[in-house]
Amino acid sequence: MSDKPALSEHDSKLLLAGFGVPVSREKVVATPSEAVAAAREIGHPTVLKLCGAAIMHKTELGGVKLGLVGDEAVQTAANELLNKGPDGAELLVAEQVSGSRELIAGVTMDPQFGSTLMFGVGGIFAEVLADVVFRLLPATDEELDAMLDDLANPHILGEFRGEPAVDRQALVNALSGLAACVAERSDVESIDINPLIVSDGLPIAVDALVVLQ
Amino acid sequence: MTRLDLTPLFEPKGVIVAGASTHPGKFGFVSLHNILAAGYEGNVFATNPECPEILGVQCSASVADVPDGAADLVMVCAPGPAIPGVLRDAATKGVRAAFVVSGGFREAGAEGEALENELVALAQELGMVLAGPNGQGLVSTPAKLWSQIVAPYPPAGRIGIASQSGNLVSTLMNLARQGNVGISRAVSAGNQAMIEIADYLDYMAQDSETAVIVTYVEGVPDGRRFYEALKAATAAKPVIVVKGGVSEDGARAAASHTGSLATNDRVFDGMLRQAGAIRAPGIDAAYTLAAAFATTPLPNGPRTVVLTTAGGWGVLTSDAVAASGLDLMALPPDLHDAIGELVPPRWSRNNPIDLAGGETRDTIPAVLDLIASHPEVDALVYLGLGIQGNTARAYRESPYMPNEGMERIASFHERQEVRYANAAVEISRRENKPIIVASELAIGDPDNPGIATLNKLGWPCFASPGAGITALDALWAYARDR
Repeated sequence: MSDKPALSEHDSKLLLAGFGVPVSREKVVATPSEAVAAAREIGHPTVLKLCGAAIMHKTELGGVKLGLVGDEAVQTAANELLNKGPDGAELLVAEQVSGSRELIAGVTMDPQFGSTLMFGVGGIFAEVLADVVFRLLPATDEELDAMLDDLANPHILGEFRGEPAVDRQALVNALSGLAACVAERSDVESIDINPLIVSDGLPIAVDALVVLQ
Repeated sequence: MTRLDLTPLFEPKGVIVAGASTHPGKFGFVSLHNILAAGYEGNVFATNPECPEILGVQCSASVADVPDGAADLVMVCAPGPAIPGVLRDAATKGVRAAFVVSGGFREAGAEGEALENELVALAQELGMVLAGPNGQGLVSTPAKLWSQIVAPYPPAGRIGIASQSGNLVSTLMNLARQGNVGISRAVSAGNQAMIEIADYLDYMAQDSETAVIVTYVEGVPDGRRFYEALKAATAAKPVIVVKGGVSEDGARAAASHTGSLATNDRVFDGMLRQAGAIRAPGIDAAYTLAAAFATTPLPNGPRTVVLTTAGGWGVLTSDAVAASGLDLMALPPDLHDAIGELVPPRWSRNNPIDLAGGETRDTIPAVLDLIASHPEVDALVYLGLGIQGNTARAYRESPYMPNEGMERIASFHERQEVRYANAAVEISRRENKPIIVASELAIGDPDNPGIATLNKLGWPCFASPGAGITALDALWAYARDR
């Protein structure tokens, strides 16, 4: 585990959203009753996550509750998570983004080539499948578009199980937003978006982690 | 960074071998021998303080005794401590490039690294470019310059080579001698102390003698510099890259998904794609691709016709085409009808065009011509060259020879093979469309008259339909993305 400072999931998304990366609608709350109110505002089904800079791999900690419908479900899940989390932990209340395709995107510093952008197949199988491609930054939109075709399984971006094909321009815009973020923010060391869920053809960052230098 | 001028390295008006040796086992002898043996037409000088003459070349005691302005390249075979003196003397004589063959530098540890840095600083001060050290030299066929201490002299041609490994230069020279698709420039970059692979790419990209570049790299001294040079070179001509050391990718302990997925090879591969380079999985595959680019016209589209004299080859080739970016086109009706008038009725009547023995009616050149000149056809794959030559060989080696009838048929088959090979090359050049010829005889029996004719013409014969399709697919991808 890196000992470099990282932004919380919510702050990571706020930063990326500022560069045009589409992120899930969400709100940080401190108490179960605030969680219920936030979930009503965002709409059900809702996702609750333990939130804080120290909490990186939430799923493995059991810090995520998915598909919550109704005040009672939100209230119960919020209590459970807050009991599990460290003192002063907060909760992230987010829309449940629906879509069966999970992609991954990120930026990392390569020792030989400098800042590089990654894109590929995400979700829990990301490392196992390793169907990812890289480009050096800066990269033109044309280069980012060509990158999509370099996947071992590019058909994952086409029409899929009744869902429309991925909007390539929206995807390129999201990747280009990551590139713009590291170009303008010299204190950003790396970015990780996993999953980047395709919902109705549009990519939405559902989890994100920005690590600072 | 200003570009280094590598002209004196590849087109020197004269060469000095500093540290020439009388001992045929030493690099100082081999270096001089090779320069003389390949017929280099510029001035040749050698230095050796103890010996008046080697191989008919009068030796000077030192570079200081060489006439002013008569040479602009010095091949340095002298041991490390003597090199700074050689460079200083050479500079006063107007020499602008040095190739340091000698080792004992960065590759030998910290002390060697310090010496290497001093050498670079000295060369910069003297306004010279410095290749190597610890490199095996270079070949430049337009200058008839064979200044390589290990690799054989290759046939002249249009493939340029910049390699981090000298022995892989040898491999490529040997493949060029076998395939007879030749080399323009080839250089073993050694430690890349001053001149990096990126600089050779810059030079070869601008070089009118070079049509395609092959480069072998393990690591690059400056990643971004390499990327920029590669990108600029691919804008001018195809560049084929072989990357060594892929398995040395260590696992990275990384907190992020991106970090743990960012292996050296994946990042390098993405960089190559972004730069527009063509990656080859090995050095033989790189040569095969380079030979295709150096000789074969680029297709204007993916529409491919396969002409075969036997079913199985056609089936495998169809599979290979289906797995590529090429298109096994439906035969245009007018082409279908025109072929039907030339060959017996048992032909396949679709693509692949399987003549099913129709070639004995002497129709192959005419069918090749019909297909290649059809406006809807972008590329042609021709399988079956050499099978009549097989029969000829069987007769020639037969225990029943001499036999007048067998002799007559063997000669007929051999003449036909020569005709087919000549026709394939002539039609491809005339129509400016790729005709890919593939046969295992390229390896199995290179003396087969069909195969030998292609070889004499400097035209590639791919060892399998799959290898031919891989090459054609690369030609089309390059033409499409250009």
